[in-house]
Order: sequence, then structure tokens, then C-alpha cells
Amino acid sequence: MQVDLSSNYFELFALQEKFEIDEVQLVRRFRELQRMTHPDKFASASDAEKRWSVQAAAHINSAEQTLSKPLSRAIYLLQRRDVDLAVETDTRMAPEFLMMQMELRESIESLETAADPYTAAQAARKEVDQHIEQTSEAFRISFQLEELSTAREKAREWQFLDKLLAEIRDTEERLDSDY
Amino acid sequence: MAYSDKVLDHYENPRNVGTMDKDDPNVGTGMVGAPACGDVMRLQIKVNDDGIIEDAKFKTYGCGSAIASSSLVTEMVKGKTIDEVEQIRNKDIADELALPPVKIHCSVLAEDAIAAAIADIKAKQSDKNPEKVA
Repeated sequence: MQVDLSSNYFELFALQEKFEIDEVQLVRRFRELQRMTHPDKFASASDAEKRWSVQAAAHINSAEQTLSKPLSRAIYLLQRRDVDLAVETDTRMAPEFLMMQMELRESIESLETAADPYTAAQAARKEVDQHIEQTSEAFRISFQLEELSTAREKAREWQFLDKLLAEIRDTEERLDSDY
Repeated sequence: MAYSDKVLDHYENPRNVGTMDKDDPNVGTGMVGAPACGDVMRLQIKVNDDGIIEDAKFKTYGCGSAIASSSLVTEMVKGKTIDEVEQIRNKDIADELALPPVKIHCSVLAEDAIAAAIADIKAKQSDKNPEKVA
């Protein structure tokens, strides 16, 4: 089997181009591709072949990273449809969504001074997890129905929620290191 | 990444942090967000009967540059008319704070927050004086 560097990430892993993927297949094919491009295999190869193996390994790694995480997979699916998230330039979001973000941020900010910060952090994490679950499901459905502008909106909201989750994790780590 | 002195100053001593009553007919509220970093910014302006912005408040969750951009904006808009404030561009904010290229989007956020706050106050004013709407 050959590794075609011009193939898209889904083709590379022999996966159907959709949001739900066969994760077992992803892992299996990833290992296979890693073996095929491993530097040991190219020890006595020509310089050109060595260069190719390095490029192929990089392509395979970024493909795996993109497809294994649901949010980056969602963004990649949209990119393949020429849908630009404009994450830095388009700042318009639904007011209710931004309001909710403000409130969640406020509660995260007050975690460390809460009477029981661990429980408060856990509760905040659970709330954000629920929002992420709803948002990813809404993405899945709208993408499947080819409602790309809704899918774009959901992926943009998901990005905010993903940052919130990271923020909560940071807070939890700080709590752990303080005690 | 190193922040400029001006960013640090606004970050450490943010001006005009707070909230105004969003239902006040003289208060315009603008909320915007940047998915890239998950930043959320709320800018409020209070416009008096002469059309002058007499007060501004902000609340921003985000990096130092986003906080500095919104803090600076509250200072820039005070005492100006809506027409004058509409002329503020993200470049003015980025230049003033010496933002590096990777943080330019924070100033974009601040410019968009001004636009959103103005749109809100204009909508309220046209509700108040429907005959003025062309």
C-alpha cells in the first residue's frame, strides 16, 4: 500500500467523510501508516525517499490529530466544504450565547474563592460538558442535513466551550498544586 | 510573549470596568466574541441628550490584549459623539497599544464592540422617536 500525500485526511485513513467516524479504524490505520513511513524503514533509502518519508510522517500525524478530536474534525469537515469559520475576524455571535459565555466565565472566575472550590469546579465542568455535548450533537445533525451555516455557527460556539473547558482544567490544576 | 507597557498598564489597572443597566434607554450595549481565543467582550456606552457619550463601561474575559483593548476604548469614547466614535478603527487601538500581529484580532473585537453598542443605542433611539426614522 502506498501513502498518497495529496489525499485528504479521510481518504488517508480510509474513512467516510462525515462527522461520526470509526475510531477503531482510525487507530488501526494510523499505526499501519506509521509503520509504512517509519524512519527505520528508510535507513538505506535515497535522500529523496528519506525526505518523502519525513513529509509523509508529518502529514499522517496532522491527519490523526485533526480527525481524532471531534472539534478539529468538525472544523476540518467545514473547511473541506469551503466554509470559513473566520475565528479572528467574525465577532458576531448570538447575544444569548455570549450572555451565557459571560455568566459561565464569571462562575469560573469565582471558582478559586468558592467555599468548596473542588466541588464548584466539578459542577462547572459538568455544565460545560453538557453544553459541548449539545453543541456537538447540533453540529452533527446540521452537517448531516447540509445546513452548513448552522453547522458553522455550532462549530464556532463549540470553540468557545472548548476554551472554557481548558480554563476549568487550568483552575483545577492550580487547585491541585496549591494543596 | 512580551506585552507592551501600555497593555500592561491597562491590564493591571483596567479603566471603567463594570456594568450599566442595559434597559436604560440612554445605554447602548455591545457584546461580541472571538472564537479563536474564546474571548467575550461587553462594552456599554451612556449617551446624554446632546448625543455625547458621557460614560462607558466594559467587562471582558480574555487575554491581556483583549482587556487592554476594551479598557482603552472606554477612555477613547468618553466625551465624544456617536459620529466621532464610529470613526475609531481597530488600527487606532492596535497602534496605541503597540499590539503584535498575533493580537490584532483583540483590537478587531474592540472595534466591533463599539459598533455593536452604537447599533444598540441607535435602535433604542429610533424606538423612542419613531418619526425620526427615515
